[in-house]
Amino acid sequence: MARFLFSRFVQCLIVLLVMSFVIYGLIGLMPGDPIDLMITADPNLTAIDASHLRELYGLDRPIIQRYGHWLLSVINGDLGYSRLHALPVLEVMGPAILNTIILLGLSFALALLIALPLGIIAAMRAHTSLDYGINMLAFAGISIPQFWLALLLIVVFAVVLGWLPAGGTAAAAGMSGFWENGRYLVLPVISLTIASLGTHTRYIRASMMEALRQDYIRTARAKGSSEGQVVIGHALRNAMIPVVTVIALDFGYLFSGALITETIFSYPGMGKLIFDSIMGNDFNLALIALLFATALTLCGNFLADVAYAALDRRISLVESSK
Amino acid sequence: MIRGVTTGRAPAQMVWRRLCRHNLAVSSALVLMILAIAALLAPVFEMGMGLDANAADLFNRFQAPSATHPLGTDELGRDLFLRLLYGGRVSLFVGLVAAAFATVIGTTVGLIAGYFGGRTDAILMRLTDGVISLPLLPLLIVLAAIDLSKLGLPAPVTELESASLYRIIFIVSLAGWTTVARLVRASTLSIKQRTFVIAAVAQGGGPLRIMRIHILPNLASPIIVATTMAAGNIILLESVLSFLGLGIQPPIPSWGNLLTNAQEMIWEAPYQAVYPGILIFTTVIAFNFLGDGLQDALDPRATQDFRD
Repeated sequence: MARFLFSRFVQCLIVLLVMSFVIYGLIGLMPGDPIDLMITADPNLTAIDASHLRELYGLDRPIIQRYGHWLLSVINGDLGYSRLHALPVLEVMGPAILNTIILLGLSFALALLIALPLGIIAAMRAHTSLDYGINMLAFAGISIPQFWLALLLIVVFAVVLGWLPAGGTAAAAGMSGFWENGRYLVLPVISLTIASLGTHTRYIRASMMEALRQDYIRTARAKGSSEGQVVIGHALRNAMIPVVTVIALDFGYLFSGALITETIFSYPGMGKLIFDSIMGNDFNLALIALLFATALTLCGNFLADVAYAALDRRISLVESSK
Repeated sequence: MIRGVTTGRAPAQMVWRRLCRHNLAVSSALVLMILAIAALLAPVFEMGMGLDANAADLFNRFQAPSATHPLGTDELGRDLFLRLLYGGRVSLFVGLVAAAFATVIGTTVGLIAGYFGGRTDAILMRLTDGVISLPLLPLLIVLAAIDLSKLGLPAPVTELESASLYRIIFIVSLAGWTTVARLVRASTLSIKQRTFVIAAVAQGGGPLRIMRIHILPNLASPIIVATTMAAGNIILLESVLSFLGLGIQPPIPSWGNLLTNAQEMIWEAPYQAVYPGILIFTTVIAFNFLGDGLQDALDPRATQDFRD
């Protein structure tokens, strides 16, 4: 088991390294380069100055050399400066990460709180109209375009009813306090919650149906446990194993969702930061932010493996590492 | 089941009958057909209504729905109904072409991985898992933002008005092939153990010939199902990228970039945000239902085990 996790960990590191090169190469293909940006900022720069500067910053060297140089400085802790924010990359990313954790954490908890009872009820009343109703809702939740849902929420609650702000943060509007901050979070959190609610409900239902069919459930019923005890104590505990795995694997999806939601509601988190840095030619920031997102997703996959191994010791991961 | 025993009916006919029993799938197929026909007939509607979908009419901005403008007009006085139809042409076209590309890539990868097995399988499936596990949207945004001329493409290609169209097709097919590859691999694994494949190997058939003549035709069902499901996801992805301003570029309308417009005008004309989204939602859910129904119809046994 330790060996399996170690090899998985090494695999993750290799994928991260490969991705860092791919992302570095792709960022280099984006329009313009740092010198072009300097030229637009200072009209006195001539073409000769530009080529001198390119040489000075090493931009004329082959990509492998540039990548190697960049990688070394990153490993040494020098992540560079953000062009848009005129701050070190880490200082820009810190608050953004915190904001995204708040957003994702809240909507994740909310989605799970709603999906758990829905999924359990659907599984207990399988093939009844209640089950079909929940299934239809889940299906709608999965198929609804997330950005459209966000737009509709803005239309209904901000434009028509005027109850909630359409986007931004309390700080940006010059307000503070717990309730003010909360008001700005309501719509983004709801839109992210609905986006993952459908998938969670379907996973939980499928997993619960599987668990409820097992022999130990019959045994539990035979020894006279109450229905609640059987469902929560026996079925749910075992049903959560695949659910946890799948949810951890969904991390990349969650992050994409955060990007859409944060961009629409102009919420200053990692998703919006990535989008803005790519659009604004902020090469250093875009590189590190993208790598961070990749690393997080790989972490999610790794955690899924760990959780799977820890929660169900019957599964030998060494044999079937598919 | 008595129906399953009925003899003397061609397999295709039986599939058709099973599909017809699946109400949701049939109505989804109908909805998709109506949408496609309406989008194809956009120029006809345009002529019939005596309007020009791209002409600005600044005296008639933000009109409410009326006889001349069934859904009203946008901020430049263009007819929203016609823009939606033209947007549908682009979105459906991109969705179908990209789904076809994704299917070709996915089928090739899945077939090779499943047939050769061993190390080839391990490498290809690791690659597939790797792509699935990446934060897809941020990476696709980078792909959509790169400068084509830096790739060495000649200026006439990069300056084409439809360059954004081809680029988005390429990008979303890159994202869509993984599901197809997995499904095709799984089916290949089971088909290659059937006796007719073993017989073909015994007769000395080369791997390419066996894959092409013996395995590929038997993969039709999983490929059809996977393509249908992929089309829905791909249309969704295209609309997201276009919405973020990275896919189809205005003035070419697509359902995604019509919503970008709607967001900018959300205080002046909130209803604009409703229609394109309804169409995307309907299309995506219809493709999903159709895929579900096709799966039941093409492989009834597999899904009956699966369902319950």
